[in-house]
Amino acid sequence: MPDLLLELFSEEIPARMQRKAADDLKKLVTDALVERGLVYEGAKAFATPRRLALHIAGLPVRGRDVREERKGPRVGAPDAAVQGFLKAAGLNSLDQATIVSDPKKGDSYVAIIEKPGQETVAAIAEIVPAVIRSFPWPKSMRWGKASAAGASLRWVRPLHSILCTFGAETEDTEIVPFEVDGIVSGNVTYGHRFHAPAPITVKRLEDYVASLEKAKVVLDADRRKEIILTDARNLAFAQGLDLVEDEGLLEEVAGLVEWPVVLMGSFEERFLDIPGEAIRATIRANQKCFVLRDPATGDLANRFILVSNLVASDGGVAITAGNGRVVRARLSDAAYFWQTDRGSLPDLDTFRDSAEKLGLDLAKPLDQRMAKLDKLGVVFHAKLGTQGERVQRIAALARELAPIVGADPDKAERAARLAKADLPTEMVGEFPELQGLMGRKYAELQGEDVSVAAAVEEHYKPVGPSDRVPNDPVSVAVALADKLDTLVGFWAIDEKPTGSKDPYALRRAALGVIRLVVENGVRLGLTQVANDADLLSFFHDRLKVMLRDQGARHDLVDAVLGEGASANDDLLLITRRVAALGRFLDTEDGKNLLAGYKRAANILKAEEKKDGEGAFAAAPDLHLIAEAGLIEEKALAVALAQATPKAEAAVTAEDYEGAMAALAEIRPAVDAFFDKVTVNDPDPALRANRLKLLNQLRQATRAVADFDRIAG
Amino acid sequence: MDPTRSFQGLLLTLQRFWAERGCVVLQPYDMEVGAGTFHPATTLRALGPKPWRAAYVQPSRRPKDGRYGENPNRLQHYYQFQVILKPSPPDLQQLYLDSLKAIGVDLGLHDVRFVEDDWESPTLGAWGLGWECWCDGMEVSQFTYFQQVAGVECAPVAGELTYGLERLAMYVQGVENVYDLNFNGLDGEDRISYGDVFLQAEQEYSRHNFEHANTEMLFRHFTDAEIECKALLAAGEPAAGANQPRHELALPAYDQCIKASHIFNLLDARGVISVTERQSYILRVRELSKACGAAWLKTAGGGAI
Repeated sequence: MPDLLLELFSEEIPARMQRKAADDLKKLVTDALVERGLVYEGAKAFATPRRLALHIAGLPVRGRDVREERKGPRVGAPDAAVQGFLKAAGLNSLDQATIVSDPKKGDSYVAIIEKPGQETVAAIAEIVPAVIRSFPWPKSMRWGKASAAGASLRWVRPLHSILCTFGAETEDTEIVPFEVDGIVSGNVTYGHRFHAPAPITVKRLEDYVASLEKAKVVLDADRRKEIILTDARNLAFAQGLDLVEDEGLLEEVAGLVEWPVVLMGSFEERFLDIPGEAIRATIRANQKCFVLRDPATGDLANRFILVSNLVASDGGVAITAGNGRVVRARLSDAAYFWQTDRGSLPDLDTFRDSAEKLGLDLAKPLDQRMAKLDKLGVVFHAKLGTQGERVQRIAALARELAPIVGADPDKAERAARLAKADLPTEMVGEFPELQGLMGRKYAELQGEDVSVAAAVEEHYKPVGPSDRVPNDPVSVAVALADKLDTLVGFWAIDEKPTGSKDPYALRRAALGVIRLVVENGVRLGLTQVANDADLLSFFHDRLKVMLRDQGARHDLVDAVLGEGASANDDLLLITRRVAALGRFLDTEDGKNLLAGYKRAANILKAEEKKDGEGAFAAAPDLHLIAEAGLIEEKALAVALAQATPKAEAAVTAEDYEGAMAALAEIRPAVDAFFDKVTVNDPDPALRANRLKLLNQLRQATRAVADFDRIAG
Repeated sequence: MDPTRSFQGLLLTLQRFWAERGCVVLQPYDMEVGAGTFHPATTLRALGPKPWRAAYVQPSRRPKDGRYGENPNRLQHYYQFQVILKPSPPDLQQLYLDSLKAIGVDLGLHDVRFVEDDWESPTLGAWGLGWECWCDGMEVSQFTYFQQVAGVECAPVAGELTYGLERLAMYVQGVENVYDLNFNGLDGEDRISYGDVFLQAEQEYSRHNFEHANTEMLFRHFTDAEIECKALLAAGEPAAGANQPRHELALPAYDQCIKASHIFNLLDARGVISVTERQSYILRVRELSKACGAAWLKTAGGGAI
């Protein structure tokens, strides 16, 4: 079975686009082949900075012949019918049709249309140009002379040549002939830009990969990654250091080289005064280099790993020196930011009013930055005002929340006032990913309380479901205030998440609130701070999603919320109740009680249909039970009379385990009741009384949860 | 002049290299601009169907990048070497690499890479795709295929190369501090360094840009330039029903657009433009540049028939 080899050779493709482009190429070409009935055995796509390649193995030489019969009118039918048939079947005259005889219906025409299977080569020659012309690059461009015309070819960067061969393993391959905007397909590729720029003639995948390897091109991105990682670890190890691994950077760097050569460079130790995160951020973002750590101290070392694309004639000395020079320049910048941010702003006087308004101390650098942020009127959201106004609200809310989470109100307010102060710093301006972290460093340096400084960083947390939840009360207060202000604000202006759209990460904020409350055991009535029924139900939904993601039963949330969902604004209690209910339902008592409940509820539903809604709402006649009831009936009545107030009291006391234990006490009586007692007794009085008893069972469980909403 | 010995040698070598490849070698535009792209030889000539090849040095001013002469790598005034080739030739990457060889970069010794960089100038209403060109991890040039300029689709597309001359010079001279660059290639007493020429200017202009530039006056000048640009655009419009509907004042109008852009940069450096205002100033300059681009297309240079 023949194979297809395709290579699209261009100027440098952005690293971040290569992998997806290779996948798209594979999908688009194979889908189009399959659509034409050309099935294949396997396909693999590759990308380097200068090429996308695709290999499809085990294609047929041609597609299957298709034979179609189209029934026509009977012989001698009116001309209009005959003409219609000829047109539909694509025949010129009736001579091209066959006559078939049917003993009942007589003779009629049939058109037999035979389509020979398309040659695979011809199919590829149609498919590939179409795929190239409509390739889904995130951004594409025009170039050269052809771009004077409107509809010229677009590609991610100028496309230079196309290699496309087809053929069986043992034979010579042929070039699949086509042309796209003047680029004629061929069997030629090119090696490494500097090491092997001469044309290379290619037959199929095997010699293609081997020739490229000889020409200093590693075709497979995953192999390039492996080489980089192994060499980087080895270089680090040789110096007694650890590589700070970074998958995102590794992926990017592998997309910047065709022939990775890993080298180690260094910088002056004095730069290690700069916070390690900032060193890493600048070396990573600007130089695409890895940093190294001293395993003994865990601190960064004054070394870095760079990945070049050249086997240099001096062994990489010049390349290392050059990279070192740039890293030093970048670190000089970072050092400048680090120093500037700790000093006074030159135009202090212009933000005195902001400082006063926000209660800031202009003698301190971070306070100055916050005053500046307010003074500049930086907008948080057009409808939600400026960052300064937002900080005012967060500070007030953090103060209000402080007693609830056990934080010192003054510290919470102070931390909130400094929480966004690092936004106008030079360091965060350059590396936005360091927001919070730099604020903490600057807060520490100006002698803020340890908790206040920590809260400046931690108030952004938790960022995602796997991020750590802060537990210092000051951090918890500010983190809650920050997120609640965001949620209440966006709900007020009706910018809620819809479907997959959540541009302000409001789901994440709500999940953050839930985790902060639950993991810190915070009792917070959400309606006190966010009085919006719709927002509350959004919290309930996020809670369900969270529990489901944790493998818990989210139906239990509905059961615990019951009818009065809007009253349940304490997420911690809901969670605890759900957990207690879950544990209870895992026990034998729980399972059986749920089964008994469902049985009682079903019977009640059926009988209420006959007797009317609420027919058994009244309390059962205990005298009747005493006189005429069975022993099991009496036992259930007693059990219910004892357990129901216990369960209710326990729920009121927020002792959910106690409530479950009370319910467990009813279970033997319920089992025995259903075992021995016939509910629908011929005696209408007994029947009604027994149904009333079952209704009481339903009521007893409702105190704890709505068992109707529990699945299974 | 050895390009690895002196700043001027580097500059002259690049000029010669591109002159030999058919470029018109121009002199710097005589106005304050933020980048070589602002020179009408790039911005305006990139528009319209006429082929164009030009190369020139452009002193560029970025008021915000001033460091009072204390940072070895940052300057508020520096030189760009600008090449524009329209339509972009198929071997533009190779031409660029050849130019690096010409200024003394050994491509068997140095790691030259093309790293994604989508270029966009919000004030010029322009964007293109291309790369930062890295030499051993240092960005030494910008390489862009213009897709749109002044809000107009480029047809044909021009290729633009922008060399950061100080960085390249530091590289080929092996110097760590820009002020240590040898400017004239001489030694001993006759040696003139980059610092001799520009250090004082960097100190003075940093003071000016950050502390002393009169913002009230600058705001006024911004508005003046904006008004003048619009007035010139209106005055130069072809009369209704004119035989040859040519615009007659596209270039002077564009000068005012350049002026507004530079004043905006100064105001920005002074920190007197808030984030929300910033966007509206950028839009105002962009409106001017778009209108100038449209006017240029109605001139002979813009290919109007």
